[in-house]
Amino acid sequence: MLAFLLRRVLLLIPTFIGVTLAAFFFIRLLPGDPILLLAGERGITPERYAELATRLGFDRPLYEQYFAYLGNLLSGDLGVSFSTKRPVWDEFFTLFPATLELSLAAIIFAVVLGIPAGVIAAVKRGKAPDHLVMSTALVGYSMPIFWWALLLIIVFSGWLQWTPVSGRISLLYFFPPVTGFMLIDSLISGQRGAFNSAVQHLILPTIVLGTIPLAVIARQTRSAMLEVLGEDYIRTARAKGLSPLRVVGGHALRNALIPVITTIGLQVGVLLAGAILTETIFSWPGIGKWMIDSISRRDYQAVQGGLVMIAIVVMIVNLTVDLLYGLINPRIRHRR
Amino acid sequence: MTDIESTRPATAPAVFARPSPLREFWRYFSENRGAVAGLAIFVLLLVIAAAAPLVAPHAPNEQFRDALLTPPVWQEGGDWRFLLGTDPIGRDMLSRLIFGARYSLFIGFVVVSIALIGGISLGLLAGFFGGIVDTVIMRVMDIVLAFPSLLLALVLVAILGPGLVNAMIAIALVLQPHYVRLTRAAVMNERGRDYVTSARVAGAGKLRLMFVTILPNCMAPLIVQSALSFSNAILEAAALGFLGMGAQPPTPEWGTMLAESREFILRAWWVVTFPGLAILITVLAINVMGDGLRDALDPKLKRS
Repeated sequence: MLAFLLRRVLLLIPTFIGVTLAAFFFIRLLPGDPILLLAGERGITPERYAELATRLGFDRPLYEQYFAYLGNLLSGDLGVSFSTKRPVWDEFFTLFPATLELSLAAIIFAVVLGIPAGVIAAVKRGKAPDHLVMSTALVGYSMPIFWWALLLIIVFSGWLQWTPVSGRISLLYFFPPVTGFMLIDSLISGQRGAFNSAVQHLILPTIVLGTIPLAVIARQTRSAMLEVLGEDYIRTARAKGLSPLRVVGGHALRNALIPVITTIGLQVGVLLAGAILTETIFSWPGIGKWMIDSISRRDYQAVQGGLVMIAIVVMIVNLTVDLLYGLINPRIRHRR
Repeated sequence: MTDIESTRPATAPAVFARPSPLREFWRYFSENRGAVAGLAIFVLLLVIAAAAPLVAPHAPNEQFRDALLTPPVWQEGGDWRFLLGTDPIGRDMLSRLIFGARYSLFIGFVVVSIALIGGISLGLLAGFFGGIVDTVIMRVMDIVLAFPSLLLALVLVAILGPGLVNAMIAIALVLQPHYVRLTRAAVMNERGRDYVTSARVAGAGKLRLMFVTILPNCMAPLIVQSALSFSNAILEAAALGFLGMGAQPPTPEWGTMLAESREFILRAWWVVTFPGLAILITVLAINVMGDGLRDALDPKLKRS
């Protein structure tokens, strides 16, 4: 297992270097002078220009700049955001819990609905429930989620007035962030109604962000279940008189879950891309909205930092999924 | 398809000859009624897009100052001139949607073409030569895949500048790695086969081996992937348009239309509902069609 772990981590190093190179060249590829870009819309004096060039290292050779950048990155220095004047690293970690909370809620929503739906479709193969689940999944999979979000707002916030339109919690409540997770913080604060408000704010974004993973997980669960249900040991389990529930739940599902877990892991990229749209629409103060705002504010230092941090998050999650997969399925870790 | 070619007996009597690949493909494809429906909708969209100036009741950017935010015809206050209503500055929704079909389909075709050409070339190189070429190409693709696709497209558009053409280039670059991986895997699978060796012994050059001998036998997964990324391209372009980084107003691109009408969502449901519905129907039709293509073309999944 240790060798497997080591091999996986080593494989990540070229990708990590590539990702940092991509982020490094991002600012240098932008049309125009990088220093003027970093300085923002306002004009700057020649003295300030020279000072910035020295401070940011643009007067040194390119490879030196890159190694300086890499060194800073590894010590947690992503530069200073030009619009908020705060370190990009701090900005990222202030906003990241909001995205994490939303993504976790979305993936839980997708798993809790998607796996049972897929199991039902597989067990009732070719019958009405199967058709219903599969056609719903196909619609979900094809959904432009930014439009889906607007539709849900029209119905649940406009017509029914059940859910709020934006933000993480009602403005009536204020408490300092402890964990960064609004659900936990609102409970800790002890303010009446705060938790309810946080839950209400979380519902629509969760549904929107969870829709595509839900569809993918339902489809994947169904096909994995169909494959497993055809195996000999399922026939044996049925023959020895186990109840259908035990056969499906105990024997089949446990084995079918292995590919499903990989699928869930692969949804992280989808979630982070979806978070950009979902957070923008619901004014959710997370990484996705921050990236969009930074791009439109031309705060390229923040974009560069966000780019590299998001890629690192994706890489870490993929690695974790790989390891989990190796843990459940010994055949993978002993290959090669 | 290799299996068709290789299983055909050399001297089969005419009566038992297998149907042509195209006919066989259609037999499998037409079994899937959903896929046929998807194909029909797709063809209909193509016709509408091609004939947009003839079909649309008005010009897409013509403003009717006397009819701002007119509801659809079946709702109170509707106007027969505007079947699906008008937008906040009095443009006919239906006409804009019809012209929008041109943009979406055009985006799909261009993006898939760029991604296919680039992906096939790189995949062939990686799969055919192996070694260091393979390692370099695949590591670069890993880097591209480490970023969420929409984010990478956004950043590329920030570098290139917002606009439809740049959005298409960005999306093509983001979708590229899937084609590279697929082509490479198929090529590596075919490379060692006897027919390739015999072509090599017969003196075929490297380019001929790559493009004429091997490539046609790797097409099935690529065709399926093309259908799937066609719909992805439309979705991503609409998302970029929605975020203000794709086609710019007043282009009647569906995502851009949604962005323009966002602030009216609680007052005029139709300005938001119809463009999204158009995206959903198009993407859904293509995805259903893609599923049918996969079942009909992929021998491993066939009849399973």
